[in-house]
Amino acid sequence: MGASVGQGWNFDVHRFANPTQFMRIANAIFPWAAGLSALLFVVGLPIALVTSPADYQQGETVRIFYLHAPAAYMCMMVYGIMAVGSAAYLIWRHPMANLVARASAPLGAIFTALCLICGMLWGQPMWGTFWVWDARLTSTLILFFLYLGYIALGDAFEDPERGDKAAAILALVGSVNLPIIKFSVDWWNTLHQPSIMSKKGFSVDAGMLLPLFLMLGAFITFYIAVLILRLRSELLAAKIRNARLSQVAVNHAPQAAE
Amino acid sequence: MTRKRRRLYFVLLGLLGLGAGTALMLTAFQDNIVFFFSPSEVAARHIAPQQRFRVGGLVETGSVVKNGENVSFAVTDMSATLKVQYQGLLPDLFREGQGIVAEGRMGPDGIFVAHEVLAKHDENYMPREVADALKKSGRWQEGEGKSTPHPTTATE
Repeated sequence: MGASVGQGWNFDVHRFANPTQFMRIANAIFPWAAGLSALLFVVGLPIALVTSPADYQQGETVRIFYLHAPAAYMCMMVYGIMAVGSAAYLIWRHPMANLVARASAPLGAIFTALCLICGMLWGQPMWGTFWVWDARLTSTLILFFLYLGYIALGDAFEDPERGDKAAAILALVGSVNLPIIKFSVDWWNTLHQPSIMSKKGFSVDAGMLLPLFLMLGAFITFYIAVLILRLRSELLAAKIRNARLSQVAVNHAPQAAE
Repeated sequence: MTRKRRRLYFVLLGLLGLGAGTALMLTAFQDNIVFFFSPSEVAARHIAPQQRFRVGGLVETGSVVKNGENVSFAVTDMSATLKVQYQGLLPDLFREGQGIVAEGRMGPDGIFVAHEVLAKHDENYMPREVADALKKSGRWQEGEGKSTPHPTTATE
């Protein structure tokens, strides 16, 4: 009996020795990230949506860009984090890396959806269509499906570890899509415009870069804050699961011993 | 240690193989991934008359003739020009010097009959006054933005 309980707790300690350290740092970061995100949204949104100048061609429609572009950066950045976390999990069996990847996926999916929806709302008045199957739009839609596939695959197995591994492999395989998205506008001709960043600098007026960076900062800090919240609840859920399991082990152990 | 090493190499090799495979595949499908052909490419390829495709380029200055709903204009990539006929609504950004993409078929008379015309936006964002000031000082011209169908990438 004692042995089985001990084993359960050993597993527990092994699993959480690292997370405790990790969460100590994460919990210290949390109020700063959440506060900064709120501040950047409060300052950035009015500038982006009201006071910043209208574009010489797009007019007021340019304001969609201040949501679309940060969401686009985020959907690729979050996938990058997910891929690195998945690699660290597969190679070094780092449980926190896997947890960060798993907790990031729904956030990445939401950023991708926001990017696609804002882009479509901009495309209709500017291009004359909501959607075209050009390389940039198609590869971004694939990114969205990769996020959904990653979430679904991770939850598809009875054994959570098998789900984690399968999802991590999918995340790594899908990471080839990141350079394709980034360089699609340079490698092929597309309807989507090229990047505003080039060797010559930004092709965006300074008065328009300010709201762009404010919103990007707001999105990044929002991601960090919500990620920490998700990690907290994931760890608590795992603790409850383990406590239940050891409870079951205690209840069943005497019968097994007899 | 060795097992971790082995897993690390396995993952790196896997990614390398996957990347190489994807690169080969994308190169092979190059023609299907490009969203439009430039007028020079259209001239160089023999596209069947009933084949639907897209042509992209700048609307040639002075070529737009509007007659009610019927519009005719020329699309150019600075080395070749293609005449386009279109019936319908044009996007707001459509104007001379603007990058556009038209989808349709070649007519028997060598005029491209478009079913849809999309405007291509470039990566330059600036307020009206800045654009006016730049134009006044002669440092920049509308439609000059390199974004719109580059003739260089079109030759690939």
